[in-house]
Amino acid sequence: MRLDELTRPDFPILERVVNGHPLVYLDSAASSQRPRTVIEAMSQYYARSHANVHRSIHTLGEEATELYEAARDRVQRFIGAQHREEVIFTRGTTDGLSLLAETIGRTLRAGDEVLITELEHHSNIVPWQLATRDRGAVLKAVPLGDDGTLDLGAFERLLTRRTRVVAFAHVSNVLGTINPVARMCARARQAGAFSVVDGAQAAPHLSLDMCALNCDFYAFSAHKMLGPTGLGVLYGRREVLEALEPGRGGSEMIKEVWIDRAQWNDLPWRFEPGTPPIAEAVGLSAAIEYLEKLGMDAVAEHERALTRQTLEGLAAIPGVRVYGPPASEARGAVVAFSVEGLHPHDVAALLDAEGIAVRAGHHCAMPLMRRLGVVGTSRASFSVFNSPEEVRHLLAAVGELRTAL
Amino acid sequence: MSATQAARGPYSDVIRERWRRPRFRGELPGAGAVAEDVNPLCGDRVRLMLALEGERVSAARFVGDSCAICAASADVLAELVVGRSRAEALRVGAADLLAVLQADIRPTRMRCVTLPLSVLATALNGKR
Repeated sequence: MRLDELTRPDFPILERVVNGHPLVYLDSAASSQRPRTVIEAMSQYYARSHANVHRSIHTLGEEATELYEAARDRVQRFIGAQHREEVIFTRGTTDGLSLLAETIGRTLRAGDEVLITELEHHSNIVPWQLATRDRGAVLKAVPLGDDGTLDLGAFERLLTRRTRVVAFAHVSNVLGTINPVARMCARARQAGAFSVVDGAQAAPHLSLDMCALNCDFYAFSAHKMLGPTGLGVLYGRREVLEALEPGRGGSEMIKEVWIDRAQWNDLPWRFEPGTPPIAEAVGLSAAIEYLEKLGMDAVAEHERALTRQTLEGLAAIPGVRVYGPPASEARGAVVAFSVEGLHPHDVAALLDAEGIAVRAGHHCAMPLMRRLGVVGTSRASFSVFNSPEEVRHLLAAVGELRTAL
Repeated sequence: MSATQAARGPYSDVIRERWRRPRFRGELPGAGAVAEDVNPLCGDRVRLMLALEGERVSAARFVGDSCAICAASADVLAELVVGRSRAEALRVGAADLLAVLQADIRPTRMRCVTLPLSVLATALNGKR
């Protein structure tokens, strides 16, 4: 049985009719949809077990704490982290990257360098601008080759003794490029820099192994991987986390507080100030359970087939241009494209009239758009529930677009 | 809204026509008031050029890189302000543009309609 035949009945939103057509949801890279088990796990939690976590000495408090910490254990196994205290719950990828930029940012000095890349999402650019700006530190970017992959020769040249942080995406949210994470992290470590990986577009689609990637930090969001909004994960290697001062303060992250000082809590809570998104952690746990049942290798294979079908189909339509590397193992489940003579927002609106949801615009990657020489693109992206029929529907609709306006 | 209109999304006949055959797109050499702005949502860019005879707008042109809705809106706005005084031109609002465009514009695309208005305000009084 094909993966989408297995999964489609589990996603209630796919019953929606949009503008007179069955919904074809091709925007999971922005935010995926949720299976019923995730929605039910969260309502069950609210209906039966909710209380604040960690310090509540009553039954519900204990249940909530148990569920919250069990979610951490599930994330640890899912990403192949060595220790549970390496899993920090955040509000999302942006929040995780910001937390790091604020925390590491405090230790930057004049002349220090932070190295990012030209294909980053704004979330992995702007926090580092803020971190470097007032300290005389320098932000540099690895350029992109014309084939949509990073110029690794330039990466080697830009990585110096002055580099304190190397921050880059695992999978590009526009081009689908899968970067050589393990190799880049190893080089960062040799140079004495922290490696920070934006895994927002990888965690929903690829089997992850933090030990194999050997990164210092890895951030991703629950809502792009069938889970709820408002929750993210920041993985941090234990030795590195232990040496870092927390950048944000509040309850939960302390052991003892005086008026003029505080003693930090143990990992991972040291980096989780305030009441965490508990129901969301329960939801993420259910989402991971769902993905694990399907098997991440099966998920990746299914989405690769859809990506290939889309890339080849779109490239065959006159006036349509696709961006990024060709279909291969080293390509994520997104396809950015443009239609000659049409603005990306008009493309998206015309497809929406057919019930097809795609993303359009700069995809929060303006430097990349500038590099590609476009205002924006349209983007189709895939998840476990998308089918080859839906891709055919997209291709047919795109084929009609040039005469639509 | 008719069934055919639903199939076209926000693209009314007026928007299609203005997008395909704009009447006011182009440069205006020697324009006395010029402004440009960008829609951060989509990166759309509109530049409006106005010629003034005293207090009266005597000619208007626009250029830009934008979606069909924004381009049609700019084209209609240019038409509406020609012949008006500076104060009258500044009173043109989104409702006036929508009345001409005759389109069903959802809130997410309203900025496509109103971007040319803020450009006009900047051009005429240096403010948005």
